[in-house]
This record gives sequence, structure tokens and C-alpha cells, in this order.
Amino acid sequence: MSTTPSTTKKTASRAPRGPASLSGRDRLTVALMVIVPSLLVTALVWVPALASVALSFTDWDGFGSLTDANFVGARWYVDAVTIYPAFWPAVWNNVIWLVVLVFVATPMGMLLALLIDREVSHTRFYQTSLYLPVMLSMALVGFIWQLMFSRDQGLINAVLGTSIDWYGNPDINIYSALVATSWRHVGYVMLLYLAGLKGLDPALREAAMIDGAGEVKTFIHVTFPALMPVNIIVLVVTLIDSLRAFDLVWVINRGRNGLELLATEVTRNIVGEAQRIGFGSALATIMLLISSVLVAVYVRVALKEDQ
Amino acid sequence: MSTTPAPASAVPASAAPVPATPRPTGRRPWTRGRILVHLFLGVVTLLWLVPLVYAVLASLRDYQFTAEHGYLSFGGFTLDNYATAWESGGLGRKFLNSAIITVPAVVLTLLLSSMVAFVIARFSWRINIFLLAAFTAANLLPPQALLIPLFKMFQSIKLPLWLSSSGNLLDTYAGLIAVNTAFQVGFCTFVLSNYMKALPKAIYESAMVDGASVWTQYWRITLPLCRPSLAALATLQVTWIYNEFFWATVLLQSGDKLPVTSSITNLSGAFFTDNNLVAAGSVLIALPTILIYFILQKHIIGGLTLGATKG
Repeated sequence: MSTTPSTTKKTASRAPRGPASLSGRDRLTVALMVIVPSLLVTALVWVPALASVALSFTDWDGFGSLTDANFVGARWYVDAVTIYPAFWPAVWNNVIWLVVLVFVATPMGMLLALLIDREVSHTRFYQTSLYLPVMLSMALVGFIWQLMFSRDQGLINAVLGTSIDWYGNPDINIYSALVATSWRHVGYVMLLYLAGLKGLDPALREAAMIDGAGEVKTFIHVTFPALMPVNIIVLVVTLIDSLRAFDLVWVINRGRNGLELLATEVTRNIVGEAQRIGFGSALATIMLLISSVLVAVYVRVALKEDQ
Repeated sequence: MSTTPAPASAVPASAAPVPATPRPTGRRPWTRGRILVHLFLGVVTLLWLVPLVYAVLASLRDYQFTAEHGYLSFGGFTLDNYATAWESGGLGRKFLNSAIITVPAVVLTLLLSSMVAFVIARFSWRINIFLLAAFTAANLLPPQALLIPLFKMFQSIKLPLWLSSSGNLLDTYAGLIAVNTAFQVGFCTFVLSNYMKALPKAIYESAMVDGASVWTQYWRITLPLCRPSLAALATLQVTWIYNEFFWATVLLQSGDKLPVTSSITNLSGAFFTDNNLVAAGSVLIALPTILIYFILQKHIIGGLTLGATKG
């Protein structure tokens, strides 16, 4: 990352001027413009990412010298999958999270976008209202839904005449959290699809309709395939968000008692009572591995035009 | 989306290369299909508004009254909850903390990302695509996966006590601002480089004839032209960093430094189980981003779909 541009070769196709043709002062300017941000991102993102991987194979206690740490192989990974009680519940909860966001919230957002786009006018109120939750932080979303879910004072129990502890009952609280998350996710997906739909050539759909294809058929055979880049981005963003989910459950109960997630378990191993560096790093590395696949797909799609 | 906030993404440049063509807006007949669509949208929208409307209503009611008559009653309206929430939650101080963190982080993010984006867009070097990939990817990694090394790194960076009460980079605004900046630079670089690539190359030629340096080209030519894009990103970043919860929670340990968003967990403790106070606190915390949304709606939507403006 910190290679200065002045040491790189120029590509002949687009660049009339390579770094060699820049004056000394300009070369310094360009170098600084790239190096300063690169250093920041390297130091605070990439180095910690690699360090998580490295630490996951050691028994460093977090306080002594790093040189005293021993290589322990896959011990923490074995511990995670065999002994650590919260590991499989956390993985399972992340999977439920992902399934609900991908198969319920995302299609819902897409459907709303399609309907709003189809109506063209008189949709401002819908758009604004559905998009409002996206402006709120996930933590605040959890807080606002507490007013709905609270056992003694919540609206849902008041209307249904029940006394269910929606956030507290470990059998159902993950679904309560998912209702709150979806409330926000739907608006976000809707916005991305609305933007995508605006970019579509209306002639495409009109031609299909003239050919006698119904609305559903037109969507399946024309609109949906034409939106493929948006579909991929929305899917990858949804998957990444499911993996990173943290704020909401941390606000509810710090991710315990039915709300364990990979992200909360990693956090618990450093800002908890005990610091378990190696073990926490092993969980972090598992998250990094999953996300690196998703990030690679995202970057490929997003940067396609630059290649 | 944590932070995510957020999660952060844009419709990529390839998604929508065609500018929206105005569609016929003439009067269309209200067919049964259209009425059904509006009915469906209307019902969903009302459902979506319930939690927000309910929060506002609950925040305006007296706790004694709702405790006695339940929430499905009418009456007991008061503004006291707001005053109490503001004071017992220490919200004045916490809003100030949010500003202390958000403003420098947004300015730094835009400055650094526009510099990288300028180099990527202005020159066609082979390293550019790698730079862009590395920056964009950094924005998408799960923050929790970087926490342990970062936490230890901050702990080991010693600072004099007059600069930091903890004696290191933990529990300092500077540390939190740096992390927020590092995470957001990727997204802004991606969006800005797309925007700058769409600028005609010819604008630089006359400047070069005049002997303008690279810095002058960046500062005097490119940046002013990027104003719409910068405005959109600034709006978006303000809401994202204001909403950022995770890093503030784990990196700031003293309660008096926490920004509003991550002091939420403390608030519910301060308010016991008085949901009306919780509601008032929520409304106050939501207000800045919702106001920003209504005032700068165009910028926000524009910001999220900026990738699409590549010509």
C-alpha cells in the first residue's frame, strides 16, 4: 500500500503522462496525497486485520511481551467449536439473521421499490416514511422497539392483551430483534432498488409488455436480470450486515441469553471481565474469513468499470 | 447495518449508467390495480410509522397517568419528560461530545478521501485499481474482527496525562476520530473517484499550460467541481458517524466522553423502567438525523446513489 506512485510504471493506454513526467514538487505532492490516507487505513484497518489472524494462533495474554507468546496452532479454533458454549448459538443466530434479512426483508424492500417505481407519482409520502428508520442508528432502533416490545409497558402486549417478554425470552428474542432490524433494512434495500430502477431504460419493460408479457413475467425475464449489478450489491451488503450485526443486540442485553452473535462474542473477549486475546482473535479470524469472500465479490462488482 | 451504521454501499457505477428519463406523468386512470397498489403501500407505510409515532406519543405523556390507565388511554399529556430526559441523561454534554467526534471525523474523511480519489482519477497508474480496492474493502470489514489488536495498539500508545486521562490512546477523542476516519475513507474514495473520473480531462490541460501544480489542480479545479458530491457525502457521513455505536462504546470508557448514540445503554439505566422517559430520550437523539434528512433529503439520496452519476 505504501508504495509511492512514483515507483510504479505508467500504463500506456489512458495516461498521457506518467509519474516520470511530473516535476519533483508535484511528485512529492502526489506521494503525500496517497501515502497519508494509506498509512491511516493500513495502520487502523489492515494491520489489525492481519494481527487478528496472527494472534489467533498464539497464547499471548495481552499484557506480557509479545515475544513471550507461544505458537499454539489451532487450539483456540478447536476450543471454539468444541468447548465454548456460546459459539454454536452465535453461529446459528447469525445464520437466522442472514436468512431473515435475505429472504424476508430484502424481497420486501424490493417489492416496495417496484411498486413505488411503477406508480411514478404520489409516492413521496411512502418513500419518506419507509426511509425514516434508515436515518436512525441501529442502537436507537433497538431502543425505540423496546417501547413496542416491553413486557409491562409495551404497545404489542397492550394491544394483544398478552404479557410476553419479547426482548427477554431467549426462545423468541432473536425474532424480536429481527423485526427491529428488518424495519430498518427494508427501507435501505428499497432505496438502493429505487435508484437502480430509475437507471433502467423504460423502453425495455415497455417492449416486453407490448409483446404480451404480464407484469410478473416482465419482472422475472426483463427487470430482474437487468438489475443484476444492484441485486448482487444488495445481496452482498445484506450478507455483510448480517455478519456485522452487533449494535442492536448489544443495546438489548449485550448479546446474551438467546441473542449471542459472533460479533458480540468477539467483543466480550476483550472488553469483558477477562481478556482472552488468542481465543477472541480466533473468533475474529472466522469473521474475517467469511467477510473476505463477500468483500471480494463486492469489490469486483463495484470496480468492474475500472478494469 | 452497524454503523453502520453502517454499512455502507452505493449502487455501483455499472448499475445505472442511464440518467432517468422523464416518464409520462399525464393523468392515468385509477384502475383497480393502481388502487390496490396504493392501498398496499399505504398500509405498509402506516405500519412502518407505528413505532415512531408511538415513541413520540409516549414521550408526551405523564408516567403516572399511563401507569394507571395504560397506553391505550387518552390524556396525561406533558412536556416534562423531555426536560427530565435532557437533564438526567446529561444529553447536553453528550450532544456536544457527538459534535466533537463527528465534525473533525467528517472533515478529515472528506479531505483524505478526496486526495486519494484525485490521484486515482487524475492519473492512470496500475497501482490505482489496487489502491481503490484496498480502500473500498477496508470500509466493509467487520469492525469487531479488528477490535482486539486495535484495542491493544491504542493501549500501548502512551500519551502524556495532560493529553489523555488514561495515559494512552484509549478513551481519547483523537483515537476514536482516527478510527472513524479510517473506516469511512474507503467509501468516500470510491464515490469521489467515480465522480472525478467523469470530469472532462480537458479542464486540466489549460491549467497545465499555465504551469499549475498538482496541488493547485486538486485544490482549485477538482475540489470546487466536486461540490455536489462532497455535499452529499458530508451529509451521509455526518449521519453515519453520529450514529456510530460500536467504536465509541469500546474505545471510550469514561461515561462523560460518550456521544449520544452510544450513551443509549446508560440512558435506560438512568431512566429505570419509565418508558415515557425512554421515548423522550429516543426522540431527542433521533431528532438531529431526522432533521438532516428532511432538510437535505436530496443530498442523502444523491449520496447513496452517487456511484450512478458516472457519465
